[in-house]
Amino acid sequence: MNWLSQTLTSSLGKKLIMALTGLFLILFLTGHLLGNLQLLKDDGGQAFNEYAKFMTTTPVIKILSYLTYICIILHVIYSLILTIHNRKARPIKYAVSRQSENSVWTSRNMGILGTIVLLFLVIHLRSFWYEMHYGSIPTIEYEGGGQIKNLYQIVVEAFSQLWYVILYVVSMAALAFHLSHGFQSAFQTLGLRHQKYTPIIKSAGLLFAILVPALFALQPVYIYLKNL
Amino acid sequence: MYFKLKIWRQKSPEDKGGFQSYELDDVSPDMSFLEMIDVLNESLERKGGEPVHFDHDCREGICGTCGMFINGRPHGPQRGIATCQLHMRSFNDGDTITIEPWRARSFPVIKDLVVDRSAFDRIIQAGGFVSVSTGGVPDANEIPISTSIANEAMDAASCIGCGACVAACKNASAMLFVAAKISQLALLPQGKIEAKTRAENMVEQMDKEGFGTCTNTEACEAECPKEIGLVHIARMNREYYFAKQSSESLSEREKVHEG
Ligand code: HEM
Ligand code: SF4
Ligand code: FES
Repeated sequence: MNWLSQTLTSSLGKKLIMALTGLFLILFLTGHLLGNLQLLKDDGGQAFNEYAKFMTTTPVIKILSYLTYICIILHVIYSLILTIHNRKARPIKYAVSRQSENSVWTSRNMGILGTIVLLFLVIHLRSFWYEMHYGSIPTIEYEGGGQIKNLYQIVVEAFSQLWYVILYVVSMAALAFHLSHGFQSAFQTLGLRHQKYTPIIKSAGLLFAILVPALFALQPVYIYLKNL
Repeated sequence: MYFKLKIWRQKSPEDKGGFQSYELDDVSPDMSFLEMIDVLNESLERKGGEPVHFDHDCREGICGTCGMFINGRPHGPQRGIATCQLHMRSFNDGDTITIEPWRARSFPVIKDLVVDRSAFDRIIQAGGFVSVSTGGVPDANEIPISTSIANEAMDAASCIGCGACVAACKNASAMLFVAAKISQLALLPQGKIEAKTRAENMVEQMDKEGFGTCTNTEACEAECPKEIGLVHIARMNREYYFAKQSSESLSEREKVHEG
């Protein structure tokens, strides 16, 4: 086998892919959130619609979005490979196991938390990403700009349904727990650990894990309440 | 003290095995856990039964042979000690104590609580050494090493190869053990010469043995009797990634291509 594929198929190679794709997805979340915050503006959705147009038509952003698709797919496939491999490594389970005394819950349940995030992603992409790219979205005209797709209207319609709002809040909670372990775990996997910096990474990770999902969840809650 | 014991009994590697319950009275709180099993075994033998098989040697926490999964945790409820250093006073009178062997595909049960840990030996054989000819004793401080590096290497070297890290890990991963064995040499000048091939070969052997991979749950660090930490796993990862992208080890085919 070629040295590179040998590296990437080793246990540490698979972990490397998990960590790098996870970190890229963290960057993606940051960008996505900044865009979504436009929803909070009280301008009838103009800023948000312009942002949506920018995101689907700018070449650089397109490359970034393909990278994001690849990262999500790789992250999910490798999480499956690793989870199956790890289960096989202990064919007979313990009769009594007190894992809560030696490790935190999130670190032991990354697979479950990730699966909730994945289910959310499928529904979320179907409602907005698919509609924006392939659906028939009504257009709207703003002063100084031509006709642009009114994704804002689709978003508001979706967020007026209570089940959709609940789905968002629950999924963002799962993402928060996923990141509360994942953020610092990725640095450990990459071997980036140092007495001086690891405490900062851990605090920043916790802050990110709480703040970002909370702000994501705020959008549907805000729009739902506004349209009651 | 009085205890109810639920112990895993398995006649041979092929046997299915199962739990057997025993009752033991008049246990002194000052007895070690292994002494308590000795007392049980004596009574079993007196009745013509088969004693419970378990590994042990030094009984002072340095050889790493003893290892039992006691009430859901490797080496029992106390931190920083091996099973042989655990005392019965750590339990309450009347407790039920469940004792199981290490569970991992790479550690098959030989009999009762005894598991085959030769996978660890093969990992060491793959690279956990320095190739130097032994000669006379070198002068102290002939090679300058800073205290902090020496201490860090010494911490890694305190691994006794007990396997509690594998037993504790939800993925049955051996990364703490392998990391300790890579670290203890990688940190020192004598070990640097073979650092790349060591990291490559030991990780490769670890994978071949079928251990799981690390999810950074930190359970190994919490259960290690020598309190070896995840810093060493981070170092192993660095060593490995660095070795893989810069070492000279290539397959024959790749070498031919290079021309
Ligand atoms: C935007 C979404 C996501 C982000 C930002 C993210 C981020 C991360 C990060 C940073 C890690 C730590 C990597 C490491 O330990 O080195 C991780 C681990 C993990 N992720 Fe995700 N993730 C996301 C979605 C998902 C999804 C959809 C799944 C799928 C099923 C998933 C499953 C896992 C699993 C199982 C692990 C643990 C792997 C292991 O250490 O063995 N994640 N994630
Ligand atoms: S790292 Fe700790 S738990 Fe693992 S084998 Fe060494 S001494 Fe035992
Ligand atoms: S018997 Fe040697 S460490 Fe326990």
